[in-house]
Amino acid sequence: MKASRLGRLGSYLALTGLALLFLAPLAMMLAGSLKPNERVLVEAGTLAAFLPVGASLDNYAAVFERTDFLRFLFNSVFITGTIVAAGLIVNALAAYAFARLQWRGRDLLFNLVLALMILPFEAIAVPLFYGASILGLRDTYIVQILPFIANAFSIYLFYSFFIGLPRELEEAASLDGASTLRIFFAVIVPNSKPAFASVAILSFLTWWGSYLWPLLVTIVPEVRPLPVAIASFYTLPPLQWGDILAFGTLMVMPVLAVFLMFQRWFVRGVASSAIKG
Amino acid sequence: MASISFEHVSKTYPDGTRVIDGLDLEVGDGELLVLVGPSGCGKSTVLRMLAGLEDLSGGEIRIDGRVVNDLLPQRRNLSMVFQNYALYPHLTVRGNLEFPLKMKGLSRTEIDRRVRETAAMLDLDALLDRRPKALSGGQRQRVAMGRAIAREADAFLMDEPLSNLDARLRVQIRTEIAALQARLGVTTIYVTHDQVEAMTLGQRVAVMRGGRLQQVAPPWEIYQRPSNSFVAGFIGTPGMNLVRAPLDSSNGGLCVRLGDVRLTLTAQALADQPGLADRTGEDVLIGIRPEDICLAEAGATSALTATVRTAESLGHETLLHLDSPLTTVAADAPRRVPHGEPPALIAALRGHHPSRPGDAVRLQLDPADLYFFALDGEAIR
Ligand SMILES: Nc1ncnc2c1ncn2[C@@H]1O[C@H](COP(=O)(O)OP(=O)(O)OP(=O)(O)O)[C@@H](O)[C@H]1O
Ligand SMILES: [Mg+2]
Repeated sequence: MKASRLGRLGSYLALTGLALLFLAPLAMMLAGSLKPNERVLVEAGTLAAFLPVGASLDNYAAVFERTDFLRFLFNSVFITGTIVAAGLIVNALAAYAFARLQWRGRDLLFNLVLALMILPFEAIAVPLFYGASILGLRDTYIVQILPFIANAFSIYLFYSFFIGLPRELEEAASLDGASTLRIFFAVIVPNSKPAFASVAILSFLTWWGSYLWPLLVTIVPEVRPLPVAIASFYTLPPLQWGDILAFGTLMVMPVLAVFLMFQRWFVRGVASSAIKG
Repeated sequence: MASISFEHVSKTYPDGTRVIDGLDLEVGDGELLVLVGPSGCGKSTVLRMLAGLEDLSGGEIRIDGRVVNDLLPQRRNLSMVFQNYALYPHLTVRGNLEFPLKMKGLSRTEIDRRVRETAAMLDLDALLDRRPKALSGGQRQRVAMGRAIAREADAFLMDEPLSNLDARLRVQIRTEIAALQARLGVTTIYVTHDQVEAMTLGQRVAVMRGGRLQQVAPPWEIYQRPSNSFVAGFIGTPGMNLVRAPLDSSNGGLCVRLGDVRLTLTAQALADQPGLADRTGEDVLIGIRPEDICLAEAGATSALTATVRTAESLGHETLLHLDSPLTTVAADAPRRVPHGEPPALIAALRGHHPSRPGDAVRLQLDPADLYFFALDGEAIR
């Protein structure tokens, strides 16, 4: 009893320590974004880094004055949102075809798609860049969206969820007269909310922070997303650390919002409880 | 409403297992046919091929004379009740009932009318706004039935629709299904592995084993004139006893020796089964229903003596599992001589009979109650 209580205490301490470790940079960012610029670097190495003494929203005002923040925010939201939304449809449909439909070459193609998962984007960035240049797509939204809609990992996630759905549901629907596409939208989709939420969150996180590709294919600020914008903000004199941290904080907010929106589905169990007796 | 026919239908799964072999079966318009057989004999496969969920490897299936082999399930206008009901979990009961109607493109007023009627018929009114998750097993079963009925399909296919329910509910819903089917007059194929369900429900019963039909007949005929020892052993609880014994001639007639008992066959039996005379002197299988065995009266001169192995009292009857001098064999493998202990001779005695293992009992049989099969299990006719 005593030993287990001690053990419990130990693990709580360890977990708290870890949590603090991971939260520290975020806390420092938040605190720093509220402080006068000159204090940020001075206090960076001390505990005072976490205390927003003399807090004000001046840095936030500066971000909006010195950059076209709303434009970048719109770009990021539009690009990422389109990738996520279109990706949900395209990848789910592809995964359904792999999981349930019978067609020639299915298994071969599916294995190819799985193999794509281990291909790092950096490996194909350069050829892709030339492709985009030849097509005259640089400095557009479309070039930042199109290459990322179809995604091997999303297909894989959907696939593994669909394959576990009870087949009788689809069979019942087909006897009830629903076409394959109808079955997909009227039966599969509503019963796959956890899968859609997982894919939405994961792909949102991936593409919200994407940096290399937009940096390569855009030069004009009008179509650049937040990660590229914050990088050029670093190099925009005068160097103001408080402003940069405010920019960073603003950039993180949407991520938190999206996560909070979907996390309820993220952990939700499957529809199966109504299937089994 | 429709008639259904299977002609030489066979099914081999991609892994090479032949599951259905030359199935010929006719189901009349408005008939309730029960397909019964042990687990794994291919009942679900038959139903799924009819529904279009499984391809045929050979033969033809016709609905109202039209070959449907290549028709999608969507186009066959059949409705199916699945063993696990397969209700749409994301829809309410109303949504589940409406789903097939919407797929048919019916008008809102027509949909509402049918949902109302179905709900009234199956007593679902109070449940219409619930999700399947919030229903009991019996209620889910009723919703699944409702979804099938509201469709007004040409035929109902039911794959063990009651097997997830408790015994009492099973009996109740079984009766309801029979009444409902009679009232709607819809052609129905009902699959079960439960022979009691089959006997009580079916206008005709089709007994299957290992992908082959054994017998298709009304329940009483299946019981009284089983076409082989498998059907005889499968129908009835407990199943028929099978005993190997020689047929002897006795002053112009035939008799069998069961232990110390000599039973002379009745003239009726000889007339019904002329094949018996040809087998004089040969070994045959003699079928004895447990319920046809009774205790010998005190003064009886000839009786079969047996020893109680175990006794089970069910209240209204007592099942005695007996060791006897007879050569008992298993109904599903009559030719195999069992290793070790032979199957017990089972007697179902009316009422309560206090017996303990080891007790000796004296039994009496009526020769009119015997069934006769050749050694390969086929009924002697
Ligand atoms: N997809 C498949 N591939 C290979 N064999 C299969 C497949 N589906 C079923 N089988 C086999 O076919 C046989 C018949 O299966 P089926 O489901 O029709 O039996 P059943 O009579 O409905 O049994 P139960 O009463 O247990 O439901 C079984 O031996 C089963 O193992
Ligand atoms: Mg089955």
